[in-house]
Amino acid sequence: MSDVQIECRDLWKIYGRRADEAMKAVLAEGLSKEEVRDRYDCVLGVRDATFSVNKGEIFCIMGLSGSGKSTLVRHVNRLIEPTSGEIHVASQRVDTMNESQLRQLRAETIGMVFQHMALWPHRTLGDNVGFGLEVRGVAPEQRREASLKALEAMDLGGWIDHYPDQLSGGMQQRVGLARALAADPEILLMDEPFSALDPLIRRQLQDQFLDLSAHMDKTTLFITHDLDEAIRMGDHIAIMNDGEIVQIGTPEEIVTNPKDDYVAEFVKGISRVGLVRAETIMDRLDGRDATTKQVQLDAELGEIIEHFMEDQTPVTVMSPDGSAAGQITIKSALTALRG
Amino acid sequence: MELWNIFDTEWVPVGAWVESLLQWVVANFRFIFQAIKVPFDIVLTGLEDGLTQAPDLLILALIVLVAWQAGGRRLGLISLACMTAIGLMGAWEESMTTLSIVLTCVVFCSLIGIPLGVIAAKNDRFWMILQPLLDLMQTIPSFVYLVPIVMLFSIGNVSGVIVTFIYALPPVVRLTNLGIRQVRADMVEAARAFGASNRQTLYKVELPLAMPTIMAGVNQTIMMALSMVVVSSMISVTGLGQMVLRGIGRLDMGLATVGGLGIVFLAIVIDRTSQSFGISARDRGHKKWYETGPVGAVRGLMKKG
Ligand SMILES: Nc1ncnc2c1ncn2[C@@H]1O[C@H](COP(=O)(O)OP(=O)(O)OP(=O)(O)O)[C@@H](O)[C@H]1O
Ligand SMILES: [Mg+2]
Repeated sequence: MSDVQIECRDLWKIYGRRADEAMKAVLAEGLSKEEVRDRYDCVLGVRDATFSVNKGEIFCIMGLSGSGKSTLVRHVNRLIEPTSGEIHVASQRVDTMNESQLRQLRAETIGMVFQHMALWPHRTLGDNVGFGLEVRGVAPEQRREASLKALEAMDLGGWIDHYPDQLSGGMQQRVGLARALAADPEILLMDEPFSALDPLIRRQLQDQFLDLSAHMDKTTLFITHDLDEAIRMGDHIAIMNDGEIVQIGTPEEIVTNPKDDYVAEFVKGISRVGLVRAETIMDRLDGRDATTKQVQLDAELGEIIEHFMEDQTPVTVMSPDGSAAGQITIKSALTALRG
Repeated sequence: MELWNIFDTEWVPVGAWVESLLQWVVANFRFIFQAIKVPFDIVLTGLEDGLTQAPDLLILALIVLVAWQAGGRRLGLISLACMTAIGLMGAWEESMTTLSIVLTCVVFCSLIGIPLGVIAAKNDRFWMILQPLLDLMQTIPSFVYLVPIVMLFSIGNVSGVIVTFIYALPPVVRLTNLGIRQVRADMVEAARAFGASNRQTLYKVELPLAMPTIMAGVNQTIMMALSMVVVSSMISVTGLGQMVLRGIGRLDMGLATVGGLGIVFLAIVIDRTSQSFGISARDRGHKKWYETGPVGAVRGLMKKG
């Protein structure tokens, strides 16, 4: 497909000096992460990951601490060398690039945001944000202009000559975002960008980012260990466990149809009200008449429940052409709500 | 019985070996060591000529201004008091000689030590080899290598600088290595992620962030250089150290005291000033150095005018 922007195929990363040996053994015997550690003194970071991200979407990678999320994204701009596998970014092959091609890719095509901001304390915000342009040799005036623009997009224009330690955590992360956006890259890599912030600020930044990405047409790889956040932000979600991608799907698919116990455990406490749609839970009409209570195919569970407030007769689901597509009884609505 | 006292005989003549090795090196390679002296000689002579031939009060003003710039008005006043005391005691000339030896040593220690430290921070194997060498340089009593140094480099101020250099080099290497290694990994990773080359990462991120630690190393190097002043006067190095040595030799308590006090006052000035250089802009409230002190005042006046 032509609109795939990031693609990884059969990607493996094993940390340690005997990585190649360990890799062979894993392929031959299917060793687990613990066995690799004990036998080869190597750490299995990413195990056979294959995924693709479409242009313009936000793709979330979710998993517990140590499941290999950071390792996986760092392959996209090759901050980490893969042990084996292919990486394609913006129709370029990344895993075979030489050093200068790689630097160009990092400076022009990919912006990155870090969990602990990683702003340089000895540089002003302007110099932080303009760093990518600076290392490419862009003239100071132009750099400042671009920095100012990026900072203004984050409502921080007035702070350009100040230093990171003069800002609050939320503001610092907005600078981190401005830095990633300054060179106007097509792709954003965000490694738990909001995890270190308190919940209120986190919510604000999530909204601000969603708003921004809605009209900027950037492709985003977004890492989080919080499924709520993944559901809010992601068009697709990949769930990782012990270096392996266990399931990829839309938020609704993940929540309504978890593939194994690990995913199910995550999904347990998630509210389905804004996730499950009429189409997913409706039954066939089986010749019954349409009722006056009608919803569209993509109506969310919350809206359907509203209809049961007055009486408990079934709700009819309408397709876009105006014909009845199915019905939902109060029983199936409540079952869907319970999960 | 002979067997009970076998150690009466010298079985392994280490002394003789070293002696002949040294003789051989001196006979065949002395020109190399004489060549090594040249850059030290140039810098030292330049500094010494400048410091001793310029009018005393001009140098005094210069030292006070530098101290004021680096450490604020208080340090300026302290330096003024210390240097005036040295001058009034009649040790000005000697203190200028000592100062030029210490400064030359610092120049070369920084020029060689900081790059060594950076390489050591990047290359674990190099650091493994370097570490015992540095330990050796610091732990061998400096008296031990005075003799070979004299044989290879002859006596005088330049040889004194070289002895001092060997003794004072380790801290700046160690602390540069430490400072670079201590830079937070994500700061370096961020630089790489935005397309910086290794060189750019070093100059724009690692060195600036390591600078306070590196300057602490330079400061230690200076202090060690000062502590060598008396020892190195044994190989005819002039300056304050020689006043002390002569005083001891002639049991002239007055002369030794003047020299000793001179060293202490000079040490206070150099130590405080070099420490102040190490304080980063962040701790000064993000003021650039040229926005404070006498330079800042002059700039302020110029802007108004
Ligand atoms: N440089 C490294 N050398 C050796 N092992 C590493 C290295 N970096 C990560 N690992 C190992 O790889 C595995 C995955 O780590 P990674 O940092 O990718 O996890 P993560 O999902 O990002 O976790 P977190 O949520 O805590 O950030 C871990 O077991 C970790 O110990
Ligand atoms: Mg991580």
